[in-house]
Amino acid sequence: MSTLKPFLIRTLQLMLVLWAVVTILFLMFRLMPGNPLAAYIDPTFTAEQQEALIRQFGLDKPLWQQYFTYLGNLLQGELGYSFRYRTPVAERIMLLLPNTLILTFSSLIVAYTFGILAGAWLAWKRNSRFEAAALPAVLATRAMPEFWLGMVLLAIFSFSLGWFPAGGTRSAGTSYDSLWQLYTSANFLSHLFLPMMTLAIYSQGLPLLLMRSNMLDVMKEDFVTMAKIKGLSPSAVVIRHGARNALLPVMTSFAIAVGYQLQGNVVVESVFSWPGLGRELVNAVAASDYPLAQGAFLMIAIVVITMNLIADLLYTFLDPRISHA
Amino acid sequence: MPDTSVKATSSGIARIFEAIKLPVGDPFALAGLIIYALFIFTAIAAPLIAPYDPTEILYTEDYDLASDLLPGEEGHILGTTSLGRDIFSQIVWGARSALLVGFTAAFMVAFIGSVVGLLAGYFGGRVDAFLMRLADVAFGIPFLPFVIVISAFSEPSIWNTVIAMALVLWRDTGRVIRSQVLSLRSRGYVEAARVVGSSDLKIILRHITPNILPLSFLYGSIAIGWAILTEASISFLGFGDPDAISWGFMLQDAFASQALARQAYHWFIPPGLAIILVVSAGFFISRGYENLLFPKLGR
Repeated sequence: MSTLKPFLIRTLQLMLVLWAVVTILFLMFRLMPGNPLAAYIDPTFTAEQQEALIRQFGLDKPLWQQYFTYLGNLLQGELGYSFRYRTPVAERIMLLLPNTLILTFSSLIVAYTFGILAGAWLAWKRNSRFEAAALPAVLATRAMPEFWLGMVLLAIFSFSLGWFPAGGTRSAGTSYDSLWQLYTSANFLSHLFLPMMTLAIYSQGLPLLLMRSNMLDVMKEDFVTMAKIKGLSPSAVVIRHGARNALLPVMTSFAIAVGYQLQGNVVVESVFSWPGLGRELVNAVAASDYPLAQGAFLMIAIVVITMNLIADLLYTFLDPRISHA
Repeated sequence: MPDTSVKATSSGIARIFEAIKLPVGDPFALAGLIIYALFIFTAIAAPLIAPYDPTEILYTEDYDLASDLLPGEEGHILGTTSLGRDIFSQIVWGARSALLVGFTAAFMVAFIGSVVGLLAGYFGGRVDAFLMRLADVAFGIPFLPFVIVISAFSEPSIWNTVIAMALVLWRDTGRVIRSQVLSLRSRGYVEAARVVGSSDLKIILRHITPNILPLSFLYGSIAIGWAILTEASISFLGFGDPDAISWGFMLQDAFASQALARQAYHWFIPPGLAIILVVSAGFFISRGYENLLFPKLGR
């Protein structure tokens, strides 16, 4: 099976990268100024709690031993206790992960749907006055600070017009029987709308520009010329022969975009008080809740690395013109 | 790819300018360069342009705190903040922070990326394998969270933020320059230099580096934008240098002072527009470079 080999090599490389990032994370939180115990132990923990954590993470041992204990604990999903919540970090992170993923994927689906259509449209309208105005506008959306866009939307649609709530995931005092009921409730969706649009407006530029330039490339290829010679209508040529082939690289960029989006989430979640991983990371860092900050960072890194791998594999396997070497 | 080699006859500064190839022919890039010129001028002449010290707490003629003034009131062009500071002066001084962050970060990114790319591409083998795995790791680090953690845990200063950015952002430049060096290495004039016994260092500095400089500048001009946006995010989240007036700091100040709920658009719209203007100018210039370096993409 020659197609399996590149898959294995890439996966191995991914494990190597993950190990390196985990090591960097260990050093980052261990080499900071202050008590080396501070990475896991808050002075207000009870004596027994402190003892237990010192034993679990080997905090009285030399650094290299701590490192192996840390790796062993990670493999078991053991991330320590949050200083502020007094609960296991892993539990807290799993609680917040769905909120971040919902925000990320909903905004990217909106961004890619719009970006692909608008990109194809712009390629179709090539050299028009419309294109001349649209391109700088698209570039400008890529130059916006995401949190600023969020602030502007918040000021207009929440504070001025009152159409949408200002933050959180649901109104105070509401409760739902299941997560599914919560996520499909009008209450939740109205809270989701503004942060989602913020991220979508920022993200649509990438698929749009990619789609446009791919379309322009594809329309020059022989099979498109052939289709024109056969006498197919312009719209049939563009949609059936152009767009279908231009779409592939755009779709593979989706995986990379998920990774980038998670980083943008950090600021946008903070603007909208959206209880996700990014906002938790910021709050944990600000409050010196080191175990939680480490855990949130690690979770984001895992998603970024996995998405890089998926993009890589999609690119290799879906496009037959790229060799598997 | 067009041959970007430099004529050996020109000398000194002229040669550098020729090597950078400022893309003045492209209308996008020209617009970007003009914006940059204004931006740099504002940053340098900030004390002359700004009517007030950006951190000074101002009072009205009746000795009241000059807080939350609207644009035009008491002669404040863009009004004042809740603490009674002049918004227009903060915008002007913010250009200085942005210039400092943008250009130092871009320089470091372009420099580290070029050196890594040169070494990996020229020496190949284990050096290449090691440096490219290092780039893989840099791609695996979540950029903004990394900069947040470094900025928060070190002394709050613009430089720590800049260094944290450079530690990650060199990755794109490094990869692209490496592949460019790979193709240059087998060119005739490089082979010829090797045959006549030029040292590796001399070949790299004299024959290869001049040809990758435009690419370094392309990635540098993209990094300026990234650096300014990132610094703004860091300041907005409250991990920035508390002594530096930056556009990100202004936005954080406005956000924390409930400017949104009070509809104080004159406070938080201008810093955002300033960032967009400068960052998109960087994008426009890099587009001009791309058209120049890769004419196939130019449309």
